[in-house]
Amino acid sequence: MAPTTLYDKVWDAHVVGQRADGQTMLYIDQQLLHEVTSPQAFEGLELAGRPPWRVGANLATPDHNVPTERRELGLDGIDDPVALEQVITLDRNCKRYGITEFDITDTRQGIVHVMGPEQGATLPGMTIVCGDSHTSTHGAFGALAQGIGTSDVEHVLATQCLVQSKARNYRVQVDGRLGAGVTAKDLILAIIGRIGTAGATGHTLEFMGEAVRALSMEGRMTMCNMAIEAGARAGMVAVDDTTLEYVHGRPFAPSGDLWNQAEDYWRTLVSDPDARFDASLTLDGSALEPQVSWGTSPEMVVPVSGATPNPDRLDDPAAAEGVRRALAYMGLAPDQPITDIRLDRVFIGSCTNSRIEDLRAAAAVVRGRKVAGTVKQAMVVPGSGLVKAQAEEEGLAQIFLDAGFEWRAAGCSMCLAMNPDRLMPGEHCASTSNRNFEGRQGYGGRTHLVSPAMAAAAAVAGHFVDVRELS
Amino acid sequence: MTPFTVLTGLVAPLDRANVDTDQIIPKQYLKSIRRTGFGDYLFDAWRFEDEGDIGMTPNERTINRSFVLNQPRYQGAQILVAGPNFGCGSSREHAVWALSEYGFRCVIAPSFADIFHSNCFKNGLLPVVLPKETVDELMAGAADGGFELTVDLPAQTVTLPDGRSIGFDIDPNRKRMLVEGLDDIGLTLAEADAIRRFETGHRQRMPWLFME
Ligand code: SF4
Repeated sequence: MAPTTLYDKVWDAHVVGQRADGQTMLYIDQQLLHEVTSPQAFEGLELAGRPPWRVGANLATPDHNVPTERRELGLDGIDDPVALEQVITLDRNCKRYGITEFDITDTRQGIVHVMGPEQGATLPGMTIVCGDSHTSTHGAFGALAQGIGTSDVEHVLATQCLVQSKARNYRVQVDGRLGAGVTAKDLILAIIGRIGTAGATGHTLEFMGEAVRALSMEGRMTMCNMAIEAGARAGMVAVDDTTLEYVHGRPFAPSGDLWNQAEDYWRTLVSDPDARFDASLTLDGSALEPQVSWGTSPEMVVPVSGATPNPDRLDDPAAAEGVRRALAYMGLAPDQPITDIRLDRVFIGSCTNSRIEDLRAAAAVVRGRKVAGTVKQAMVVPGSGLVKAQAEEEGLAQIFLDAGFEWRAAGCSMCLAMNPDRLMPGEHCASTSNRNFEGRQGYGGRTHLVSPAMAAAAAVAGHFVDVRELS
Repeated sequence: MTPFTVLTGLVAPLDRANVDTDQIIPKQYLKSIRRTGFGDYLFDAWRFEDEGDIGMTPNERTINRSFVLNQPRYQGAQILVAGPNFGCGSSREHAVWALSEYGFRCVIAPSFADIFHSNCFKNGLLPVVLPKETVDELMAGAADGGFELTVDLPAQTVTLPDGRSIGFDIDPNRKRMLVEGLDDIGLTLAEADAIRRFETGHRQRMPWLFME
């Protein structure tokens, strides 16, 4: 048999066949649902009188819209009537069709991409979809996980299939080990900086190499999470002991004989040694520095020791214009050192970096220090109610509170500012999220993407610093 | 879905690369549980100088006169010509709904982001990929307004005012979906037996995926 990639294997195991119009139907094992991109899909089902194909293959939780304060009030804590209607609509749709939902009062509620893996609802070799582009996160488990639009949410609800053509294979090999203070976030930012936001369009990324193998599952999730920021609908990491240890014993994971049978299969979920990739990139992980984004696209990123680019030195006029526009929006000058950028707010959270290890890394920097007086607000938003509880038990919450951080309930929060957490125009924010688009964290807001440790260090210093220099 | 065959329409140029779906329709409008009502908020932060919220009408807003879509010469445009990697970022289909409701039926760009690209086909919005030089030429042609193109999907051509026709590639199956205005879910459900057969085998091969 011809050698195949990890992506090929998971794809091949899910091909149902061709429709009459020639397109491929891919069977979907798991759909995650949240309040923002599902209401129109449920409405479509209802209008057409179609039942869900397989109710048990869906799992829902509200995350994008939910306030992160006054959670004990449940739905009554949502002041915005439009947001409230959306959250209630999810509850109602799930109840009506019998779909399992962790609602706003459930400690298992959280950002879908934190909740799924945490529950063991994300398993190796699965096909997973969600009406959210960061569904790529789940690829860390050797699953094929993709973001889809609302029409496809409805399509998967109704047919359990996604109709699409196969993407090409893109290998990203990271040799060496990441140095102390350099994280999966820095690695993925550096990769996006290298290949660009459209660099992997039409491809599925597979991350491999010594540095990737050495990452925890949480680090691998951070990398796969941002595959979409390189244009790839899915990012994947091969299954190994780290994967299996993480999955074992989680509520939705198989146990006993079923586990053994699954494990035998899961162990095959690696690319063959001589598998063919359509594109590839090799990086030396040991040479990486912590990264900071300076502009309005995740590819606009430099090492913390660097400076903003100077458009006058760029040959391509279109690229120069893009840099000029981004610098103007960000209120930054050309050649400005990154460590000169002062922060108004700091946000530690989002599906990229809101898991327990992220909070531990940030707390380790913050411990015994205070948020700088010039920083108006520093907040930590755990990815799920369970992460929150664990962080409280480990004493991390107290460390943040003592330092002057706000400690919130789980949700997307200031990652996209649909709820009340947001930037004011012109404010600079050190954020552990994944998108620094114009206005992403609030109208006129200026986002700098960093790792949790770098965000914590920036909160303490009031401006960006190399976390490795804080001892 | 409304079929797409031949469209002759006015072109509006949006000379920016990496236009993300957060720019096409900002998050505050995603709180709606409906499929309509997004056209007034298309490119919201660029079209208006103030921050908008759901329910506001353009009359209540401060218009950014310098933004291309606000210039009188582009009123009624049905074809948007944009830079590479159009529609990157969030998977929100609201971006496609907003473009359609505003009046666009076709977007021409050197490249599109994957999720946006597939969302277009579900809503009768035609994404046309043309080489960068051609897009630049269209962009220049549209600079003074009054520039019309004819997009012929069955023939896969874009015809310029000077009569030149440029061919474009498109997945034949997706083309058929648009030309015939097919019901995507209906087409898949026609294969329900095949899906059931697959599911039975899949359950035997991987029973741990069926623990519900
Ligand atoms: S945390 Fe941010 S990126 Fe992640 S799902 Fe929520 S809004 Fe999307």
